[in-house]
Amino acid sequence: MATIQYTEDHEWLSVEADSATIGITQHAQDALGDVVFVDLPEVGRHFAAKDVAGVVESVKAAADVYMPVDGEVIEVNEALRADPSLANSDPQGAGWFFKVRLSKPAQLDALMDESAYRSFSASA
Amino acid sequence: MVAFAGYSMPVQYPMGVLAEHLHTRASAGLFDVSHMGQLRLLGSGAAAAFESLMPVDVIDLAVGKQRYGLLLNDAGGILDDLMFIKRDLTSGADIFVVVNGACKVADIAHLQERIGARCTVLPCPELALLALQGPLAVVALQRLCPQVAQLVFMSGGYFNVRSSLAGASENIECFITRSGYTGEDGFEISVAAAQAGLLARALLAQPEVKPVGLGARNSLRLEAGLCLYGNDLDQTTTPVEASLGWAIQKVRRSAGARAGGFPGAALVLDQLDAATARRKRVGLRALERVPVREHTLLQDADGQPAGEVTSGVLGPTINQPVAMAYVPSAHAAIGTRLNAMVRGKAIAMEVVSMPFVPNRYVRG
Repeated sequence: MATIQYTEDHEWLSVEADSATIGITQHAQDALGDVVFVDLPEVGRHFAAKDVAGVVESVKAAADVYMPVDGEVIEVNEALRADPSLANSDPQGAGWFFKVRLSKPAQLDALMDESAYRSFSASA
Repeated sequence: MVAFAGYSMPVQYPMGVLAEHLHTRASAGLFDVSHMGQLRLLGSGAAAAFESLMPVDVIDLAVGKQRYGLLLNDAGGILDDLMFIKRDLTSGADIFVVVNGACKVADIAHLQERIGARCTVLPCPELALLALQGPLAVVALQRLCPQVAQLVFMSGGYFNVRSSLAGASENIECFITRSGYTGEDGFEISVAAAQAGLLARALLAQPEVKPVGLGARNSLRLEAGLCLYGNDLDQTTTPVEASLGWAIQKVRRSAGARAGGFPGAALVLDQLDAATARRKRVGLRALERVPVREHTLLQDADGQPAGEVTSGVLGPTINQPVAMAYVPSAHAAIGTRLNAMVRGKAIAMEVVSMPFVPNRYVRG
């Protein structure tokens, strides 16, 4: 069973072994509204935590997607690129954005668990 | 909810921007646009006075007919764009004007200062404004007011709209024009604020009608090629630069019977006659599916600066990114290729004619 963790920028990470799948949260998709476009990073590119790794746009607004932890992109969700509305219909499932290989797994300790994120997003 | 023109307004209702947009194109959307400024110009000198502030024919406009107007500053820059209609009153001229919400305080001060001695400038803060837009707007509104079907695009009159909700029936006095801001057939309904809620509920009770927020209002007007003041028009843009020359009737142009005589006339007429405008508002369509938003910079094929996007959206109806931009006149021809610089990447765009989605006005 993978552990789900959350960032203050409303991304989620599902960690399995040395890699993590990353997407935007239910709260984020709700605030953005109908997603019409996503820009995904190139596979093989390295990012530091807090770097802008992608973009998600709705009819209302554009938002950056931040890399929650240091790592190398190992896969991007081509199905999401083709159908950005997956970020609305299944943000924490079929609407995932990209997968990274973690370079500093210890950074995970700074992220929120589900109950911490729930109270964070309720007060945001 | 967002702050807009000093009002708290909904970006979207529960249906969401995309569904609201598509519903308006397919059926009928109801917009609360009560933030817009409504005012009246009264008195026998009103038409001539109003005409002295705009490059537009006010004097010859027939009673019951509506027209698009532009208030200009002395440099020919656009202070506001507006709609006006001459109303039939036995006591003399009554010009009903609808201006942008964010501009209304300044507009009223401008009108008072420039023409307040020649006519009565009467703000109408007691009025609300609802817009019912879409191909089935007439079907829905006719059920409550059969006479509205007689209106054609850009005309208006007084009507009683019958509300029958929860068994209680009531007549609501309205001033209705067949016009709007979506490119669709539809109506704008001016009504006493005290009765606006009742009218809105009566309209929303019709099966064709859903409420629509500011988000879809923006994407609908952009697909229709209609300008948003503050984005696509401001005090530094002239009507010719804004590609609004069509709004300047022949009678106000050089060699017209009432040529000039409006603020900035020398510059504006020179731009019309000698094609001296250095930039133009154009429509752009992206050749790949990447939205291009306002303030995005444009480059020509040689990488030189070629203007800026002023409005942009992924058009829900045509399912392509569309935008309006100001570009140097040399790059304004239909078919010109430009690059929009989005996050450091060049997105190919093409100058295309507007509207992006064909208008469906009912001209009778």
